[in-house]
Amino acid sequence: MLRDITLGQYYPADSVIHKLDPRTKLFATLLFIISVFSFDGIVGFIVMTAFLFGVIALSKVPLSFMLRGLKAIMILLVIAGLFNLFLTPGQVLWSIWKIHITREGLRNAVLMTIRMVYLIMGSSVMTLTTTPNQLTDGLEKALKPLQKINVPVHEIAMMMSIALRFIPILIEETDKIMKAQMARGADFETGGLVKKAKNMVPLLVPLFVSAFRRANDLALAMEARCYVGGEGRTKMIPLVYHKVDRLAYVVVIAYFVLLMVIKVVL
Amino acid sequence: MSFILDNVSYRYSEKTAYEITALDHVNLQIDDGEFIGVIGHTGSGKSTLIQHLNGLLKATEGTIYFNGQDIYEEDYDLRDLRMQVGMVFQYPEHQLFEETVFKDVCFGPKNQGLPEKDVTLRAYEALQNVGLPEKYFDVSPFELSGGQKRRAAIAGVIAMKPQVLILDEPTAGLDPKGRDEILDMIADMHARYGNTVILVSHSMEDVAKYVDRIIVMDHGHVKFDDAPRQVFHHYKELEEIGLAAPQVTYLMHEMKEKGMDVSTEATTVDEAKEAILRLIG
Amino acid sequence: MGIIEAKDLVHEYIIRDEEGNVESIRTALDHMDLSVEAGQFIAVLGHNGSGKSTFAKHLNALLTPSEGTLIVDGMDVSDESLTYDIRQEAGMVFQNPDNQIIASVVQEDVGFGPENIGVPTEEIWERVEKSLKAVGMWQYREHSPNKLSGGQKQRVAIAGVMAMEPKCIILDEPTAMLDPNGRKEVLEAVHALNREKGVTIILITHYMEEVVDADYVYVMDQGKVVLEGNPRGIFSQVETLKEHRLDVPQITLLAHELQKAGLAIPDGILTREELIDALQKVADKRK
Repeated sequence: MLRDITLGQYYPADSVIHKLDPRTKLFATLLFIISVFSFDGIVGFIVMTAFLFGVIALSKVPLSFMLRGLKAIMILLVIAGLFNLFLTPGQVLWSIWKIHITREGLRNAVLMTIRMVYLIMGSSVMTLTTTPNQLTDGLEKALKPLQKINVPVHEIAMMMSIALRFIPILIEETDKIMKAQMARGADFETGGLVKKAKNMVPLLVPLFVSAFRRANDLALAMEARCYVGGEGRTKMIPLVYHKVDRLAYVVVIAYFVLLMVIKVVL
Repeated sequence: MSFILDNVSYRYSEKTAYEITALDHVNLQIDDGEFIGVIGHTGSGKSTLIQHLNGLLKATEGTIYFNGQDIYEEDYDLRDLRMQVGMVFQYPEHQLFEETVFKDVCFGPKNQGLPEKDVTLRAYEALQNVGLPEKYFDVSPFELSGGQKRRAAIAGVIAMKPQVLILDEPTAGLDPKGRDEILDMIADMHARYGNTVILVSHSMEDVAKYVDRIIVMDHGHVKFDDAPRQVFHHYKELEEIGLAAPQVTYLMHEMKEKGMDVSTEATTVDEAKEAILRLIG
Repeated sequence: MGIIEAKDLVHEYIIRDEEGNVESIRTALDHMDLSVEAGQFIAVLGHNGSGKSTFAKHLNALLTPSEGTLIVDGMDVSDESLTYDIRQEAGMVFQNPDNQIIASVVQEDVGFGPENIGVPTEEIWERVEKSLKAVGMWQYREHSPNKLSGGQKQRVAIAGVMAMEPKCIILDEPTAMLDPNGRKEVLEAVHALNREKGVTIILITHYMEEVVDADYVYVMDQGKVVLEGNPRGIFSQVETLKEHRLDVPQITLLAHELQKAGLAIPDGILTREELIDALQKVADKRK
């Protein structure tokens, strides 16, 4: 299941969306997420859907790739949906035994599910079209003002990009350790919560030891390549806004204004 | 009779665009007491194959019988199978976790549900068998050297007294002496206990010296399955799939081509030496 | 003077207990002497724990000597003000390919070093292209390192060092975690750099087959150089090598065994052709 997480997996392609400045994409994603959670109504969702799928089409990332990212949170979606469906008080539509389904519940469940799905898909468009390094570069530059109040922006960005690089490696390693312990009769499935937690020790100890060793190795390798922090570094891919970024800002803001107008008018 | 693999196939990410066939209709029989080498380059399916033998991976097609029983039958105890078929993975770091080496070796027998006393005895015996000196028993496994870690990891598996012992590249990263010591130790245990041993390796030289039978994997198929010298007869085909026969095999063939009437059967330095001395001693 | 000059080099690891008192001192390098000429391909052999990795880390100023001197391209590694100049001149490739690739895209990783030393953007791209082409990984520039084989990852790591345009590259057991094909790939890439770009190579290894083509070989044990010479000279000392937990390639071992059995075969046979020649001469004499 862990393998299905698309977050942090770059999908290389030659598209307008790929070429956008990461800051533009960060801004657009943020605005899109805000729009998904602040507007409703059928016309509103038609606009959001059109916008989202329009961007996906432009990005040249296959839709199946986006949907794979959803698979990982399917259970979460279903649970959240069911909670909304059964536990929202209001006008009862059906009732079976002690369970009531209300009009409001149904509405909330549908709304919630759409919002969650769009949230994930919206952020997937960003992570799939932006390399983790560009993404962290974008964050670093966007958050630069915070440096004035002593927030270590460069270090945070570097940590994030390293984390993104090592997550898949550590997931694979977890799988290997699990197998090695299962071969010695370890049991990760049965038992109560306490027993299960205890059974995780043979998995977690080697994982932590390995993670520390990797961190140590990596620090050494970075030092060997003259890394001393953000000071005096140049950028391989400096962030500069192009024409297409300006256009993108206009489109995204227009999209948001359109939704506001719809809300006021309808 | 330990294992029968009947038409076993394994596909990763089945029925998706990313489907990869790792094993393709493999038929094999492995008998009690054999010493087998499994060879293939990375991605040939050799690791996938051995992970089927202790049920860590389940075939997408076909069946595996262990001691006459179908391991995919519903009431078959896979955890029990894993203790009968001991498996040592490539990196000892993936299995060592306890505070002391001794405690770590106890982990397997404890999982078998043995009484405390037996667990201790088993661990003691296993550590002696792998030749780890007693002064290391109470040391943290993370403080051991590479070769010692490897020994501790092997002890952790043989302490369960498995009928079959599978080792995935037990010598990776060791220096030449460390490599020879580990392989000698494994061969020595095999000679004493007569258990089935399956050794996965990249190195023909290592395997040729110890095993009775070599299974060569390529693209999920069993490419060759025979005694070492028979397998090395196909040295040209081995090269085509990114493998090589031991250097001495090449030497013997080249000598023959140059008109020296030497037997081309040799697969180890000792055999080559004898063959050459027979010709010009 | 050579590009690398080690004189009486000593390194001691001080092991402290929990209160910070000195518990014991382990001498990893014990009065080591070594000298490398620019443009050479040098191999340093030794078993695990012989001190060869500690030595490697000195060449890149990741460790500094406890005693003695080490000069890299005219710079003393003990001089802290020169640390970054030394790291630029003497690049380092480590054993585990995963733990030295920082970025999630191949070309961005190769650009990491030049970024650190403040190379202008335009030039970073030129260097990245040159380095990736030199190790034959240019077509993978947009790939994720996670999808590459071990040998390919290691070549990316080498490119990452090349992009800093060092005079010298130190490889600390770069093939220990690779399969035979990966090992071959990496060695071919390293030899090509030495031949075509004139980069001085220090290859640290315990695989004997890898040192056959080196210009000069040092054998280390217990923090000292115990044997040095050209590969042929080194391999002719089969028994000594075994004492230091090393071995020789199969062909050399066979030649040595035959010699012991009384055949007139010269010392230090390295290839099959040489052994066949020698055997033919022996056979002709018998006739």
